[in-house]
Amino acid sequence: MVDTVRTETTPPRRRPPLRSIVIWSLVAAVGAIAWGVVALTRGEEISALWLLAAALGSYAIAYRFYARFIARRVLKVDDTRATPAETLRNDTDYQPTDRRVLFGHHFAAIAGAGPLVGPVLAAQMGYLPGTIWIVVGVIFAGAVQDMIVLFFSMRRNGKSLGQMAREEIGVVGGVAALIGVFTIMIILLAVLALVVVNALAHSAWGTFSIAMTIPIALFMGFYLRSLRPGRVIETSIIGVALLLLAIIGGGWVQDSSWADTFTLSPETLVLALVIYGFVASVLPVWMLLAPRDYLSTFMKIGTIALLAVGLLLARPVLQNEAITDFASRGDGPVFAGSLFPFVFITIACGALSGFHALIASGTTPKLIEKESQVRMIGYGGMLMESFVAISALIAASVIDPGLYYAMNAPAGFLGDSLESASQAVAGLGFSITPDQLAAAAASVEESTLVARTGGAPTLAVGMSQIFSDGFGAGGQAFWYHFAIMFEALFILTTVDAGTRVGRFMLQDTLGNVWKPMRDVSWKPGLWLTSAIVVAAWGYFLYAGVTDPLGGINQLFPLFGIANQLLAAIALTVATTILIKSGRLKWAWVTGIPLAWDAAVTLTASWQKVFSDDPTLGFFAQRERFSDALANGEVLPPARSLDDMRQVVTNSTVDGVLAAFFALLVVVIIADATRVCIKALRNPSAVTSTEAPHVRSNLVAPSGLIPTRAERELMAAAARGDRDGHG
Amino acid sequence: MSAVLTAVGRAAAGVWWYLREVSGETAYDRYVEHCRRHDAEARVLSRREFERRRQDERDRSPQQRCC
Repeated sequence: MVDTVRTETTPPRRRPPLRSIVIWSLVAAVGAIAWGVVALTRGEEISALWLLAAALGSYAIAYRFYARFIARRVLKVDDTRATPAETLRNDTDYQPTDRRVLFGHHFAAIAGAGPLVGPVLAAQMGYLPGTIWIVVGVIFAGAVQDMIVLFFSMRRNGKSLGQMAREEIGVVGGVAALIGVFTIMIILLAVLALVVVNALAHSAWGTFSIAMTIPIALFMGFYLRSLRPGRVIETSIIGVALLLLAIIGGGWVQDSSWADTFTLSPETLVLALVIYGFVASVLPVWMLLAPRDYLSTFMKIGTIALLAVGLLLARPVLQNEAITDFASRGDGPVFAGSLFPFVFITIACGALSGFHALIASGTTPKLIEKESQVRMIGYGGMLMESFVAISALIAASVIDPGLYYAMNAPAGFLGDSLESASQAVAGLGFSITPDQLAAAAASVEESTLVARTGGAPTLAVGMSQIFSDGFGAGGQAFWYHFAIMFEALFILTTVDAGTRVGRFMLQDTLGNVWKPMRDVSWKPGLWLTSAIVVAAWGYFLYAGVTDPLGGINQLFPLFGIANQLLAAIALTVATTILIKSGRLKWAWVTGIPLAWDAAVTLTASWQKVFSDDPTLGFFAQRERFSDALANGEVLPPARSLDDMRQVVTNSTVDGVLAAFFALLVVVIIADATRVCIKALRNPSAVTSTEAPHVRSNLVAPSGLIPTRAERELMAAAARGDRDGHG
Repeated sequence: MSAVLTAVGRAAAGVWWYLREVSGETAYDRYVEHCRRHDAEARVLSRREFERRRQDERDRSPQQRCC
């Protein structure tokens, strides 16, 4: 039997060749040494390359051994079985796609701002906890979730996570999953938009560059539609060139009389984003969304590759501590709460992201050629995302810690001047002088870097240091704004796409009640549902921007909890399917990450709801401020009674949401447990939800590089094809 | 020297193939081939018509972008 054709019988075990034993022992040794250096170095400077080596070594081992084990033993991938891309092929939704191409599409869909922002904020705890979780989390939870959800969806002709929850668990689970997905998306969009607003506020350079992406995208859309249909590469090259021009142009605008026009307050930016989000989601896709998507994908992949090369060339030394005191005390200024559970909540997408389950049960399963490719696309794609997260963590950790806290602590804490910020940072146990703060801002040509929360500006400062060191001195201001542009660009693409997806979900749901809504091109329905979605995230965005306590440290934990709870839903569905299909002995593969994820998120929600500490618990915060309000007092950092009222409202809304998310997941897990117990008691009553086995006629390799046996099979198939067609 | 040039040429061709596939530029070629294979007489859409239809399809099926 050859390697690629695998039937339900267990493959014969062969002794691995000596060469492979030597190579993998070496990889393991490099990884282990790197981990040793990373974990044991204290008090002396450590090169960022050790972090990269530890991560890459671990990924290689995990991909080679654990992912293969899951594919063969747990999922029992069967390449004699045709995938939906083959059986349902219609050359639009369903279409066998080359594994390397599909890897690119899948990665472009899962990679976003989350793994860039989360690790930057988590750097508050030091570089070690973040690194460990990003690597361990992806190996045992994140990549496993992506791969298994992809596999189960593929076996069910590409059903969505919501549909699978409904079929496997029941109506309660299905409805809870649907509500969960929708609310989580709203919070996600608000938090991402908040990151953009914080990065662009009071910066003429950034605002001008980002504003220019709209005419650039419109031009590209028109070019692709009318001038040169389908020429995506040439259009994208023109777009990227214009984009670079817009970044350079931003520098000129900042020094010109136009500067005031593009220097906007956060509130104005919120309004602009809300209007933009609405317009973008009702316009035809070809005009704005599709070209933006090309642009942001090219920029994303390009910048990530650039960052990897930059890290190798610059070989920066980490300035951050391995583990800061905030990890145990839980009183960090960037976000409240101690290491467990908040480092896991904050890192979110880089290690485990519930959102990926939506992609893995969306377009990808309909395009996959061979079942065994779920390993490369699902598991491999997520490893790459984790690598992005590690790079972001490094970028945040090469910055001087004094500057890091001056940028990421809330404005209310840092005060209005460089002197007050310097003193506040000193109060945290770090030091930076007002002159150094002014110099740091001047080096990237921004008016100030104090309280530029949200993660994006910090990442941009770190990246600009790495780039200007790695690619020759100078140009720090350009690289800073390049990095800001890169993040803002694909956050805005996510906002466009997310608003549109939310609108479709809403149209579909309302369509059950009132028929005309279901027609997705019916204009009044389209406007109404778009407006509802935009208003929902716009509300949280506005509340975040004007929050006297600092929006990011209030909203980001909520976003993290939401995303991790979605992962809990996905892992619950996966575990249920494993148990129902008679694989109880393998249920730990998703069961253990589920237990861990549930423990993390439920602890975090519990603390956010019930903690007595007003910086941590939303209701304790509410009580503290409403008591003061009743006495007519103003508690800092609030400055007026209106501020006080706003804190009370925000903490109430946030607290209710945290409780609601937790409740949702408890309901789903409880319902799934009931279903699993029922299935275990009476296995014969369980009906399979898989599509029937159809014999596959396609030949394609499993992994990136075809094995010799696979090459022979492909050559034979090609000969057969030629003969068959005469 | 010529071996190096061949290797560089092959790498460049590989990158170009990948970019065209990933960006969807080859969708039309595949469509034409698909039409020919199934019915040699069928009317084949022009590239302009085909790309328009493909773009408009995306209006009805939104693609999620992740965080």
